[in-house]
Amino acid sequence: MTDLALVIVGTVLVNNLVLVKFLGLCPLLGASQRLETAAGMSLATAFVLTLAAAASYLLDTFLLQPFELGYLRIISFILVIAGAVQFTELLVRRLSPLLHQVLGIYLPLITTNCAVLGIALLNARQTDSLLTAMASGLGAGLGFGLVMILFAGLRERLETATVPATLKGPAIALLTAGIMSMAFLGFSGLTRA
Amino acid sequence: MNAAMAAELRRAPHLRTPVSVPVLMRRVLYALVPALLAYTWFFGFGLVFNIAAAVAAALATEAACLRLQRRPIAIALSDYSAVVTGVLLAFALPPLTPWWITALGSTFAIGVAKHAYGGVGNNVFNPAMAGYVALLVSFPDQLTNWLPPRMGDIDYEGIGLLANLRFMLSGGLPDGYTLDALTRATPLDLMQTELGDMRMVAEIRNSSLFGDFGGRGWEWIGNFVALGGFWLLFRGVIRWHIPVGMLGGLVLSASLFYLYDSANFPSPGFHLFSGGALLCAFFIATDPVSAATTDRGRLIYGAGIGVLTYLIRTWGSFPDGVAFAVLLMNMTVPLIDRYTQPVAYGTREPRS
Repeated sequence: MTDLALVIVGTVLVNNLVLVKFLGLCPLLGASQRLETAAGMSLATAFVLTLAAAASYLLDTFLLQPFELGYLRIISFILVIAGAVQFTELLVRRLSPLLHQVLGIYLPLITTNCAVLGIALLNARQTDSLLTAMASGLGAGLGFGLVMILFAGLRERLETATVPATLKGPAIALLTAGIMSMAFLGFSGLTRA
Repeated sequence: MNAAMAAELRRAPHLRTPVSVPVLMRRVLYALVPALLAYTWFFGFGLVFNIAAAVAAALATEAACLRLQRRPIAIALSDYSAVVTGVLLAFALPPLTPWWITALGSTFAIGVAKHAYGGVGNNVFNPAMAGYVALLVSFPDQLTNWLPPRMGDIDYEGIGLLANLRFMLSGGLPDGYTLDALTRATPLDLMQTELGDMRMVAEIRNSSLFGDFGGRGWEWIGNFVALGGFWLLFRGVIRWHIPVGMLGGLVLSASLFYLYDSANFPSPGFHLFSGGALLCAFFIATDPVSAATTDRGRLIYGAGIGVLTYLIRTWGSFPDGVAFAVLLMNMTVPLIDRYTQPVAYGTREPRS
């Protein structure tokens, strides 16, 4: 149990997907204009991440490794992720048509979110049980959500700041993400134990 | 109501004195003087040179940024906000920091953390702490050049005023001196490394670097920082919410773990009087621009800094977490402000 908690803390804070591993930067910039959108996006991505982490772990352990098909890893993981995203899209459309409309193209684009594939591939290298795989997927999703929501809040505030014309928009957003990433370095070493 | 009373009616902001940004910033600088004197007494003139380098670079960067944007330079330079940023950054740096590192941090603080966001009043992150963290992650080695406090019985090879200046300018030391012999771990640093080596708190505190609560010398500086802080509170430059929240968060989390296992977790007093805790609580976290703006929000913001500081000091790999904690809580400010807005008068259901 402590192990799982450490995995989650580690992936949320210490090895934060976005700010430390620099994965999933496109949705960070694309879907963070408003807080509500960002929250919906985070929820959807966290769900996909957990699902895809579990599914790709099972696929890897029971199919790819026994038959020594490691070279098919990337392509088969992408297939699994695409499936998970389709499932999530159906779910979102059913549960919240409004959110489905708001997220628009970004929802199917979770398929190409490097974060999802990144976690699946990292798990294939590091993880030794289904639970840890799911925990790291969930932790990564929570970490992504945390950064998305904080970032969306900051961007709403930046709307009213008198940012110089040259730096308006994506430039100041990336600069902000950079300073956030620096601040997250403070968490390094937290899960040494 | 008689006529004389009616004439006294005034509309909302009942300001008694025209307190402007320059006045506030100057008061912050005055409040830092006791701390500066105590600091110089215990650690020599390094801080004075740090301040000179940091403030010069801050003012130069401020002027350059304003020039690039074709905005008036003289007014912005005379509001003292760049000076305060430079001084606070200088306080965070060790006495033996090469001048170009100090200047670089100051330039980053003003150029990136302040002017990229639109200058005074618009910065999302605390400029001084953004500059310090940028230095800390870029030059970790140079930022450990702390000296032992001048206490008499601590074996101390003082570094003179000129030698200190020479080191900061050129990196050279007088014959017979080495950096390793001169510098000493800070109490926080020592505590962290030794605890990592499985030693007990009581054992570690036997070192001559430790005083009643925190490090010797350091706790005295802490007292003078707090003195300046109380003066700021008294003059109404800052309000009590952030200092109380920050110190409360730090002391409360430290007490919890201290009561749980006092052999492995140092006392709350140690945390209070070590590193930048007091300076942060009164001078850094209270930056009116990057902090939360509602009263409840300020308490939450301060408490968050305190708890994160404890977290990073105790389990992180950096000895002091104050700067990181401030930046991390700066990120949460828009959300805190959003969810702690006081209910507007008249919108609540009337109580029956």
